[in-house]
Amino acid sequence: MITIKQAEQEIIEEFSIFTDWLDKYEYLIELGKSLPIISDNGRQENNLIKGCQSRVWLAADYREGRIYFTADSDAIITKGIISLLVRVFSGRTPKEIIEADLSFIKEIGLQDNLSPSRSNGLVSMIRQIKFYAVAFAANK
Amino acid sequence: MELIKDVDSIRKLFPALDQKVNNKSLVYFDNGATAQKPLSVIELTDKMNSGVNGNIHRAVHELSARTTELYEGAREDIRKFINAKEREEIIFTPGTTASINLVANSFCQEFLKRGDAVIVTEAEHHSNIVPWQMACERIGAELRVLPVDNNGEWMMEKLAGILDDKVKIISVAHISNVLGIVNPVKELINAAHKKGVPVMIDGAQGVVHCKVDVQDLDCDFYAFSGHKLYGPTGIGILYGKREFLDRMPPWLGGGDMVGTVSFKKTTYADLPLKFEAGTPNFIGAAALGEAVRFVRSIDGDFLKTHEDELVNYLTNSLSSINGVKVFGTSANKISLFSFTVEGVHPTDLAMLLDKMGVALRSGLMCSEPLMTKFGVTGMLRASLAMYNTVSESEYFIDSLKRALKMLS
Repeated sequence: MITIKQAEQEIIEEFSIFTDWLDKYEYLIELGKSLPIISDNGRQENNLIKGCQSRVWLAADYREGRIYFTADSDAIITKGIISLLVRVFSGRTPKEIIEADLSFIKEIGLQDNLSPSRSNGLVSMIRQIKFYAVAFAANK
Repeated sequence: MELIKDVDSIRKLFPALDQKVNNKSLVYFDNGATAQKPLSVIELTDKMNSGVNGNIHRAVHELSARTTELYEGAREDIRKFINAKEREEIIFTPGTTASINLVANSFCQEFLKRGDAVIVTEAEHHSNIVPWQMACERIGAELRVLPVDNNGEWMMEKLAGILDDKVKIISVAHISNVLGIVNPVKELINAAHKKGVPVMIDGAQGVVHCKVDVQDLDCDFYAFSGHKLYGPTGIGILYGKREFLDRMPPWLGGGDMVGTVSFKKTTYADLPLKFEAGTPNFIGAAALGEAVRFVRSIDGDFLKTHEDELVNYLTNSLSSINGVKVFGTSANKISLFSFTVEGVHPTDLAMLLDKMGVALRSGLMCSEPLMTKFGVTGMLRASLAMYNTVSESEYFIDSLKRALKMLS
């Protein structure tokens, strides 16, 4: 399996072909639409991360030392961004997740969506991913 | 003075309008959240920050005298602007929320007892719900809610059922920040006064879109913010009838609100200073006075015609888009449109429209109970000001259609 850094690099390369925001957002919308990234029983109240703008669900499953994430959102663009995060983080060890810096989000020009003031649930989602990693690392 | 009667002349006074965001000309349609500032407000603020700066009411030196004059001059202009009887009835606060909190604390301390009740409506901003809820919880009183119908209009026929002897104050919005309907506040005030109950008006949106005359309305309190009225942030007004303000205890203690101070007993200053503890935002207050003078320099008939034109265009064009539902439909509509599009999340639309240069509000809009009533988890809102144009509205509608196509 490729490292987090390599996964991030792949995404940066995919996004580098987009010359304007329109193509980039169309790609995110496509990702958001095409990925059923959470099971029905994952989309439940205790997995809900509530933001003012959109809702995000995140479920974590710990198997053989690795955490597998599934997630969803009621907003398509948010869901597209989430699918990138799941792609980078899912199947990693807690240590890898704790150490990840997520610089790729800035590289692909989506950092605006991650300022705390956007309150779209993404910042909370990343925090939650890190919490899971810390919690599973402690319970090993 | 010649009054301004056209939108081009108004736009020239607002430097913020002439900018690009995301490489597109800005279309600023989030005025319900905050408005841009005219040059006169910016210039006065700069002048004070860069020289005319001395703490008000305290010193004999020249700078203090000049800021005091600007501060008290603004109070007088604001008094005229809303036609209050006396300058003592105009209190500077940090904004609408602070004004409501002042009344919810000070008025309720004096007049609300255990077992009493306060009335708000279902269509209030959180700022006109939470302070009352906190006061009621503290005192052991009951918060009662006047419901709105499916068009967002107050169900006045339900008022009699909740307006009994226990009610000590009613607090309602002049115009809802979500629905954009001018509420029948005068009718409500009349009904309340027949029962001897005072009424507070949350005028955050109302003062921007209506000519407010507090004596004609006969409201007991009227609150508004500077920053939605083309003034600075962090300054606002509480108008209150003297008969109540005189009997209400001070809320915040400290400098400028005192008469004499000793460790045994402190006496309080007279109105309006009784409610202006600490160094107030005197630069903001002076600049709010300037904002009010700016609004008075615009022809009132022009404002009415211009807003009607915007409202008609947006009403027709939004309703012609498949799946769009506008919340708040009434003949008394201001240029503020909250809507949803079937099957589309408002945040997705707001993000795409932002990329097209259109600034909108999306989400719960600080009115969660109203969102719950309409069964939605968010809306999109376009709120226009006097400087917005029909051609900007056309661009907004085209952009909205384009975004919907991307998401479909």
